[in-house]
Amino acid sequence: MEIPKFQGYRRENGRVGVRNHVLILPLDDLSNAASEAVANNMKGTLAIPHAYGRLQFGEDLELFFRTIIGTGANPNVAAVVVIGIEPGWTDKIVQGIAETGKPVKGFSIERQGDINAIAQASRQAKEYMHWASELQRTECSLDELYVSTKCGESDTTSGLASNPTVGNVFDKLNEMGATTCFGETSEIMGAEHVCKERAATPEVGEAFMKTFNAYNDIILQNKTNDLSGSQPTKGNIIGGLTTIEEKAFGNLQKIGEKASYVGVLKPAEAPGGKGLWYMDTSSAAAEAVTLWAASGAVVHLFPTGQGNIVGNPILPVIKLSANPLTCETMSEHIDLNVSAILRGEMTLDEAGDGLLDMVVRTANGRLTATEVLGHREFVLTKLYISA
Amino acid sequence: MVRFLVHEKEDTVGVATVDIKAGEVAKGLYMDTQDPVEMKALKDIPLGHKIALRDADAGGTVIKYGNDIGKVVAEIKAGDHVHIHNLKTKRW
Repeated sequence: MEIPKFQGYRRENGRVGVRNHVLILPLDDLSNAASEAVANNMKGTLAIPHAYGRLQFGEDLELFFRTIIGTGANPNVAAVVVIGIEPGWTDKIVQGIAETGKPVKGFSIERQGDINAIAQASRQAKEYMHWASELQRTECSLDELYVSTKCGESDTTSGLASNPTVGNVFDKLNEMGATTCFGETSEIMGAEHVCKERAATPEVGEAFMKTFNAYNDIILQNKTNDLSGSQPTKGNIIGGLTTIEEKAFGNLQKIGEKASYVGVLKPAEAPGGKGLWYMDTSSAAAEAVTLWAASGAVVHLFPTGQGNIVGNPILPVIKLSANPLTCETMSEHIDLNVSAILRGEMTLDEAGDGLLDMVVRTANGRLTATEVLGHREFVLTKLYISA
Repeated sequence: MVRFLVHEKEDTVGVATVDIKAGEVAKGLYMDTQDPVEMKALKDIPLGHKIALRDADAGGTVIKYGNDIGKVVAEIKAGDHVHIHNLKTKRW
């Protein structure tokens, strides 16, 4: 099989990115204002404010560091300015990102205030912008990509057409030797036995069931009556999806028919090799896509039925839909319209080729609908209350 | 033109790919075998919603993707609209 080429950014650690962001990364909620001020001063840089980073502990703190460090380490990022309230955790983030070999520098606010920190960080951000803007794209091969997928505001057209289109592309990417990942633990409910059977080994299958059962325990602890008020979502129900089981079987269409998943990842954990991986994520779109970006994914495939408009600051999200109403009424959000499948005028394989072509174009630099519309949802997953 | 699709031969529901009107005899297609099927709609079936291919009593099961997708909670006739008024999850 001939593996398509594209022009990408090969980073210091050999990983391949498709974007070239200079990130202004706040350690914590308190440093959002300074980070946004720096991004406003230095054009072309990108601040990604968020709500957390103070007094978290245990597994929740580990996930926080993994997410923030992973975001900075993502190959779509050229260089990073980290701003934090104090130097300790700021430096921890800097050290974590520095392991990739990319330029990164931290600034802290205590003992000098916002204004001096903004001045220093702005000078550094300016230097990084000059440097990054001279980096050249070089020839890369599609098997060097790490591609994630998640669907949103699904309806029955997702299960019929847009999700299997992603599955077709996942089959093709996996055959090329790329890295791919799916997740959405809550939306496998009802099809978990089928998902378990898709594991490459019984051990991996058991690891999946352990993750799934841990999720189920949380639901049982916290539910007031049942989840039918939120799963399926109101949008799912308008679109014709009735039960979580129906949604789950539609969801699993995205992983294709051929590959078995080779491992189970914690949220925001980077895959340890090529092939199809499962990551423990929620099904809330912005949270899940943020976790995939932090795990190093450089392109995300997002099929939607009713029209979920989520994007991400550093991870281009390719939106496809097979719902003709969505493609007509929300056309500015849709990169690829595959509704011809429903009319019998397009096969899944043709749709898959169309989506694969969109992956190559996106990797070459075509901005996705989410990027042009400015959808930069960056939402950290919080496991429990802070100390 | 095909008005609804059925994922697998053993499925008991199809999915409308256009808005189907009550009383209409709609043509459908099995996606796995490419066999044609016809069903007279008893209710309006909006695009994306399910049309019953068989009768089912309360307590029965609805099959889609060749798998159990929930329990029947109100009697379903072939041609009915299948949704939250007559189908519920078995999970919660």
